[in-house]
Amino acid sequence: MYDDRTEDGAVNMKDVKLRAAAVDVYYGVPAGVKTHDIANTKGVVHAIKGVNVEIAPQTVTAFIGPSGCGKSTFLRCLNRMNDTVDGARVIGEITLDGEDVYHPKVDPVQLRARVGMVFQKPNPFPKSVFDNVAYGPRIHGLARDRAELTDIVEHSLRQAALWDEVKDYLDRPGTGLSGGQQQRLCIARAIATMPEVLLMDEPCSALDPIATSQIEDLIEGLSQDYTVIIVTHSMQQAARVSQRTAFFHLGDLVEFGDTSQIFENPQDPKTESYISGRIG
Amino acid sequence: MAGRTAGTVPAGLAGGASVRRRRNAELRLKVYGVTAILVAGLALFSLLGSVLYQASGAVTESYITIPVTLESDRIDPDGTGDPNVILRGSFGTLTKNALKSLFPDVTARSARRELYDIISVGAPFELAELVASDPGLVGQTIDFRFLASDVADLYLKGSFGEMTEIETRGLVSVFTHDGNAVISSSVNDFAGLVTEVKNLLLEDAKRLRVQAARQNNAVRVFERRMASAVGNEELAEAERKKNAAVAKRDGLVRDAEELEARANAVLGAEQLDRDNRSVFLRAGDGWLKITEIDATHAEGKIIVAPSIDLENSPDWSLYITDLPEAARKVSDTQIVAIEELKASGAVESVFNWRFFSSGDSREPELAGIWGAVVGSFWTMLVTFLLAFPVGVAAAIYLEEFAPRNHFTDLIEVNINNLAAVPSIIFGLLGLSVFLGVFGVPRSAPLAGGIVLALMTLPTIIIAGRAAIKAVPPSIRDAALGVGASKMQATFHHVLPLAMPGILTGTIIGMAQALGETAPLIMVGMVAFIVDVPGGITDSASVLPVQVFRWSDFPERAFEAKTGATIVVLMIFLMAMNILAIILRRRFERRW
Repeated sequence: MYDDRTEDGAVNMKDVKLRAAAVDVYYGVPAGVKTHDIANTKGVVHAIKGVNVEIAPQTVTAFIGPSGCGKSTFLRCLNRMNDTVDGARVIGEITLDGEDVYHPKVDPVQLRARVGMVFQKPNPFPKSVFDNVAYGPRIHGLARDRAELTDIVEHSLRQAALWDEVKDYLDRPGTGLSGGQQQRLCIARAIATMPEVLLMDEPCSALDPIATSQIEDLIEGLSQDYTVIIVTHSMQQAARVSQRTAFFHLGDLVEFGDTSQIFENPQDPKTESYISGRIG
Repeated sequence: MAGRTAGTVPAGLAGGASVRRRRNAELRLKVYGVTAILVAGLALFSLLGSVLYQASGAVTESYITIPVTLESDRIDPDGTGDPNVILRGSFGTLTKNALKSLFPDVTARSARRELYDIISVGAPFELAELVASDPGLVGQTIDFRFLASDVADLYLKGSFGEMTEIETRGLVSVFTHDGNAVISSSVNDFAGLVTEVKNLLLEDAKRLRVQAARQNNAVRVFERRMASAVGNEELAEAERKKNAAVAKRDGLVRDAEELEARANAVLGAEQLDRDNRSVFLRAGDGWLKITEIDATHAEGKIIVAPSIDLENSPDWSLYITDLPEAARKVSDTQIVAIEELKASGAVESVFNWRFFSSGDSREPELAGIWGAVVGSFWTMLVTFLLAFPVGVAAAIYLEEFAPRNHFTDLIEVNINNLAAVPSIIFGLLGLSVFLGVFGVPRSAPLAGGIVLALMTLPTIIIAGRAAIKAVPPSIRDAALGVGASKMQATFHHVLPLAMPGILTGTIIGMAQALGETAPLIMVGMVAFIVDVPGGITDSASVLPVQVFRWSDFPERAFEAKTGATIVVLMIFLMAMNILAIILRRRFERRW
């Protein structure tokens, strides 16, 4: 997969990389409840309400919205990380390159190898920098030998703009790095498995402004190779890094469009209120 | 600071009665806390102190070196030189002969037997082994270090009191004939002893008078019963009982009066019996045991005959023991023999390696804990091999994979309950199921290990689950996020991070199992096993069971062995707990 992409330079992609159609997400669903009964079951939270999104390849898409609006929940649906949450139920269709990711035959592990994820808090494994990055390629068997693995690690760290800082400390524990470095290490780890889509769940919220701007520069560079979806609280960040922006509010996708349009000429009054700081 | 010296009391900040109450309450709480800690510390200190004091008696063992003639006709009459023949030689008799030749004046059968008892019954076997390994010794006379018996060892350690010297002023004359001796002192050197004997007589008389008074009460009761008797038969019965009580009372009073008369008499000789403290007299190089005294004369029995008769000699001394012969295990003959040997430098005390290297024995001086240590090792090995994998697997499944439903809730509750089941119940289970149904060998570490594994399992599962739960979910997310499967995430990341916690719980559970006695008794590990077990199916004992058994033995010397075993057990437990603490400290991670 990796080799294909570097040799060809450009991968043949369709116009839509990821498509979500009428996606509903419920939390707290007791086991065994039928789909059409969910809405009437006591204690169930309707977290995402009928969201439709199409995401183009090699773009940066930002999900913005106030706390609890469901943007992170929706993001986690895209690589089925919600599967690990007890009582979470996803209804609707999400397709990656036209394939239904919630099809019973789909292995979530394979999906997550293609749809990588970076989390809000930097969460490197308590292992060496090298092992952190090499973990994904190792379990997926992407490298035939040690030299190839080293190449992948170096390439990933370079892409994550971390190589120059850690190249002499590859055997130091990843948890010993600074917050910003840890987050870039997590990005390097995510891209080491050569995903097609990179999901970022508020990647800068635990970082200082300098580290944030480094990550933002990085995201811009990553969009050359990957389809990036970023959840962010910061509207400025969304405006800076993304081409497309989706505004979520109380589980609804209120507005989705080009970033410039969302920020300069919002169609929905709720978007306008949020952008101008009246709700949120 | 300057501002504070002359300042006014800040009315708004000083507080009133309620503040004072609160402060007092806080102070009280502090005092309660400190008191509680002091009480706990004192309890621990006294426990450790008493165990260590008890154990101190087992630190050394005593050896008595005496010359022994290895007569060839008692060992190897045919002169084969074959070690197997030599091992069957009568070394017991040779040992007895060696003692007999050292103390030729001990002639009475019972005294002889007491003399032989200062050397351990195991010592002749050690002599046999020495000779078997070097057949050239046959026919020679060698100095051999005989292990002292428990009684001799205890006496040397002062467990039966000391001999104290009584000051004498006069010159002594000793005339011996036929194993007995008549002693006279030029002054009344024995007067103090006579007084002591007489005081003892008065005490006995007092005791008899109390008994007589009790009989007198009985007489009155029967007299009343006679007065209120209906019918001849009843009257005769009461009268018969009254007369019996009167006879008993009068007899007791007579005995008491007799004792008092003896005690109050100025002159007259008194017997020293087993209830009196023993008195020994060293005259020259001889030892006498005093049997009868008055103020200036005494009669005694010869234990070691003096080589010459003494007349008006100053070369004598008088000793008295702390305890009468009836109140101690060591006899008068043995005391004299040990003191003689000690004076000649034949007695030595060395560190008790035997205690750590030999198996159990009925003879305290031969008994050691190595068998129990090895038995404990095998048992713990079985326990670990069963409880650790099963416990960790159960913890991983319940924490990482099991769905949350009523069934898993039930399992969880029952695991927690299992941890609170009395350990003897596990022993019963082991007895009826593992021994009864599956035919696991009785008394074997395998049986004990299985039972203890059952007992340890809940501890490991609970500790394991807590450790797994303590691994932050972000680590799982990270692993899942790069496309690891649930199992890969668990085994590559969660389990290694949880392992120190799991191991800590396991070690604590194992330490608990190491100190467990009750369930092992049920599966027969309480048997008397002399051999060191060679595997998990050999009969074995374990340390806590050894403590339990030895504490029950009548021989006094086992007290010290019990204490020492407890110390060894505590050292093992402490080592395990320290290991657990080190693991926790060293691998504890903060996220």
